[in-house]
Amino acid sequence: MSQPYRIVGGLVGRENLVSFRFNGKRFQGYRGDTLAAALIANGQRLVGRSFKYHRPRGIFSAGSEEPNAMVQLRHGAHLEPNTRATVTELYNGLEATSQNHRGSLEFDLMAVNDLLSPFLSAGFYYKTFMWPKSFWEKVYEPAIRASAGLGRLSGEEDPDSYDKGFLHCDVLVIGSGPAGLAAALAAGRAGARVILADEDFLLGGRLNAETLAVEDMSGAGWAAQTAQELAGLPNVRMMPRTTVYGAYDHGIYGALERRTDHLATSAGKPRQVLWRIYSKRAILCAGATERPIAFGNNDRPGVMLAGSVRAYVNRWGATPGRRVAVFTSNDDGWRTAQDLSAKGIEITAVIDSRDKPALASVPGAAIVMGGRVIDVAGRKGVTAIKLAKGQTIETDCLAVSGGWNPNVHLTCHQRSFPKWRDDIAAFIPGDEMPVGLTVAGAANGALSLGAALIQGTEAGHIAATDTGHTATSITPPWAEDEPRDTAAFWHVGESKARAWLDLQNDVTVKDVRQAGEEGFRSVEHLKRYTTLGMATDQGKTANVGALAIMAEATGKSIPETGTTIFRPPYTPVAIGAFAGRSRGKAFRPTRLTPSHKWAEEQKAVFVDAGMWLRAQWFPRAGETHWRQSVDREVLQTRASVGVCDVTTLGKIDVQGRDAAEFLNRVYANGFAKLPVGKVRYGLMLREDGMAMDDGTTARLSETHFVMTTTTANAVGVFRHMEFCRQCLWPGMDVHLISVTEQWAQIAVAGPNSRALLQKIVDDSHDLSNEAFPFMACGEVTLCGGVPGRLFRISFSGELAYEVAVPARYGDALMRALMKAGEAYDVVAYGTEALGVMRVEKGHAAGNELIGQTTARDLGMGRMVSKKKDSIGSILSERDALNREDGLALVGFVPVDRSEGLNSGAHFVSPGKEVTTENDEGWMTSVAFSPSLGHSIGLGFIKRGASRIGETVIAADPVRDRKVEVEIVSPHFIDPEGERLRA
Amino acid sequence: MIINHPLLGPRDAAEFVYLGDASLIDRPDWQSDTAADDFYEYQYLRDNPAGETRELWFHEQGDRSWLVVTRNTLTHEITKVELARDVALAAGRDR
Repeated sequence: MSQPYRIVGGLVGRENLVSFRFNGKRFQGYRGDTLAAALIANGQRLVGRSFKYHRPRGIFSAGSEEPNAMVQLRHGAHLEPNTRATVTELYNGLEATSQNHRGSLEFDLMAVNDLLSPFLSAGFYYKTFMWPKSFWEKVYEPAIRASAGLGRLSGEEDPDSYDKGFLHCDVLVIGSGPAGLAAALAAGRAGARVILADEDFLLGGRLNAETLAVEDMSGAGWAAQTAQELAGLPNVRMMPRTTVYGAYDHGIYGALERRTDHLATSAGKPRQVLWRIYSKRAILCAGATERPIAFGNNDRPGVMLAGSVRAYVNRWGATPGRRVAVFTSNDDGWRTAQDLSAKGIEITAVIDSRDKPALASVPGAAIVMGGRVIDVAGRKGVTAIKLAKGQTIETDCLAVSGGWNPNVHLTCHQRSFPKWRDDIAAFIPGDEMPVGLTVAGAANGALSLGAALIQGTEAGHIAATDTGHTATSITPPWAEDEPRDTAAFWHVGESKARAWLDLQNDVTVKDVRQAGEEGFRSVEHLKRYTTLGMATDQGKTANVGALAIMAEATGKSIPETGTTIFRPPYTPVAIGAFAGRSRGKAFRPTRLTPSHKWAEEQKAVFVDAGMWLRAQWFPRAGETHWRQSVDREVLQTRASVGVCDVTTLGKIDVQGRDAAEFLNRVYANGFAKLPVGKVRYGLMLREDGMAMDDGTTARLSETHFVMTTTTANAVGVFRHMEFCRQCLWPGMDVHLISVTEQWAQIAVAGPNSRALLQKIVDDSHDLSNEAFPFMACGEVTLCGGVPGRLFRISFSGELAYEVAVPARYGDALMRALMKAGEAYDVVAYGTEALGVMRVEKGHAAGNELIGQTTARDLGMGRMVSKKKDSIGSILSERDALNREDGLALVGFVPVDRSEGLNSGAHFVSPGKEVTTENDEGWMTSVAFSPSLGHSIGLGFIKRGASRIGETVIAADPVRDRKVEVEIVSPHFIDPEGERLRA
Repeated sequence: MIINHPLLGPRDAAEFVYLGDASLIDRPDWQSDTAADDFYEYQYLRDNPAGETRELWFHEQGDRSWLVVTRNTLTHEITKVELARDVALAAGRDR
């Protein structure tokens, strides 16, 4: 198929014909085209529908500022919505579809919105969807959801992979236009480590879009030659297709590199890489973005930015029209007329808003100085323009220039504001800047080529010197300073038809004025009320024009009106790129217990416990419900013996001459006098007096303790103890190290636990009740010499031990215990049975230690020693934490024993309404006790300890349940503790 | 953000965990007559300066040093990084 709008010249590879599809139709373009350039070459003017009014829209710009030409790329799971055609590199087989229309692009059924526009003006959301209330969920929300957004997500998981990386450099140069190339060259030649990043796939920036010369070369030629020299320098890293999207603290920049977006397939490689660049100096050479002028129907396809029109002609050899008119407020617009005319494209008219002599004669063109375009004819493409004085000029493309805005965005990412420069009628970077950042070229308001080259060279030179490199002085490349005079001209007042400011959000001049009339005069309010400057383009072509209209409406100047805050990212970044490889199971590490492989062999059901994967229960043949497995594990443990891997508990090794005193301070209860060879339960408070964690600590020698923490708090407790050690008592001789992963630990519980352990622990150790009583500990050898530690502690309430061996022996120990236990019908139990047994015993755990409960609430108030300094002891004495009607942990059983219980249920007295006022506490943990044959629960209730025997209601409005429960002792099993001392 | 660790040199802030104001080092005397008030102030009252502030950072993904970082809340500039242990010792804290 031919490309009817392709002309001679440009930087596309004519020998490389590329096929692509747009809305199913086949087109051809060349390597080096963007999708937009190829669509222009093929005369496809209508490319999408607008957000709100579904007006026909075409390609507006030639860069990342594009508000209109957004398409969906690829298909299936690879589908990507809201992709700007102007920065999409063409590849063979590319598939693009237009978005935001019902029915075809040409006949969008939603275009009726345009007729309803009087009802859809600024703030219509806030005014329209108010009543009736019953419509909120059933009518308004579905309707808004159906019409919101532009493109559609595939709804499938992103099949591409993304990566992250870190880069370091002396000088980061952002943008590879004339200033950026000159800066990189100056710094690179001086030997500085330079990164040169540009969002485009071709380095050179505007040099590729202009016919200006550098030295005795074409601009594009100089850019290519400079890029080649830089590529040859080993200290320079060139990063095309890389957008530096954010400036962060201390010289750190975020950058997104598109690795395979220009290829038909990623072939398994990461599609995009998110870089964190650490720079000593950075030079922003991001150039400038042209802004439009608002006039009637200025959103019609074929109305484009003037600099973009000549970019398509000069860089891509594709003309947006055959009879082009130019409407400008500045000298730069004239270059579009001259460049196009030189290529043989008919210029119908040059309309300049300024009352001054014509800048040049353009063959065949009507020159209208002091002119205004007030309206555009042609719905799906310009056919003619109408001027203020009544003339109508037939034309198929209108190139508009309202001047250029320096791309100051990154200079403002740390909350500084740009400042206004009257002579170019634009904002330039403010005085405060991210540390280490300088700006050169058009981004700095130096809008002419000659000035950009000089500023770039100087900035590169200074950055190299600042980072310790001796730069030989170099002369900036020479280029002319082309005329850049501009007038502040924002919109055509004579226009009757709607004049558009923000093409992406369908915001008109009238909307901005209306917002001002309704009091939304702060620019931040203006943005939120009208949606101006939101969405994918963040108003790059719209913001300054809207500010000018608001300033005019409120009688203030533009700098007084101010700008909204610029935030990263500069252009959209896919969430997948931020996630990188941290997806699914790779989001965080999975920690496996030493007996994991063995548990897998037993077909255990596993549960996530923080990062750990723990065996939850071990189903046996014939068991069809988890309760069957768990009940069996509990009953068999209590009847004989059970084993459970408890390695996940945090273990902290505490050593030093002051270790005992240190523990005495971090635990609320006393530890100073714990004898060697003994274990003690410890309760740790936060400084505010709330319970923080609990566990057991064993004294292995005068100067050596081993502490256990709960699985969930292991990291936090260790951090807290390091804080105490380094910040509070730096003079203490004590050292801490986490040994959670170094030791495998297995609980052996039940009346036969001693008998079982006697078969495992080497004979030289006496395990009798007299020699190794409850709460004893010691170093032992097992299985003929394996070093280990034995603790006689019990979480289940049975005669029980925990045995620890170096982690590498964990699997063998589990197998040895199960083998030796065959004689006692040993059972392996998982976390579920562990939980049931601890509820039966009345031990507090994670559900009770929630950071809002005190030692007193937990029934351990007397443990908090008042005779020593310990963390939390002073603030635990506060009156409010010691109220007579305070919470207390007690047990609950259903009055009708056949009923189940729900944790999370709240207690109210019988006959009372279930209200917050009547709330007396809540159920924290529940279990079915196979030992008792009914459900049991633990919970906090006001004055609990004195209410044993009372009946209350456990109300669970979420699950719509109310259960009559009796308050009982929290110790359901062996309240006297006879079993564990046996 | 980069924290210049006194022992390890410049490290990315992602390696650290933030706690709060460095005044948390100044834990009051539990035996003072005004201990209840002192601990209340220590636990809950903080200055909220616009400008220089000293705060505690823990090098959790590193050498487990607690650091006192002097940082400007307006500019994020870090002017000083010290080992919290040295700061505590200098402030007279001991055992």
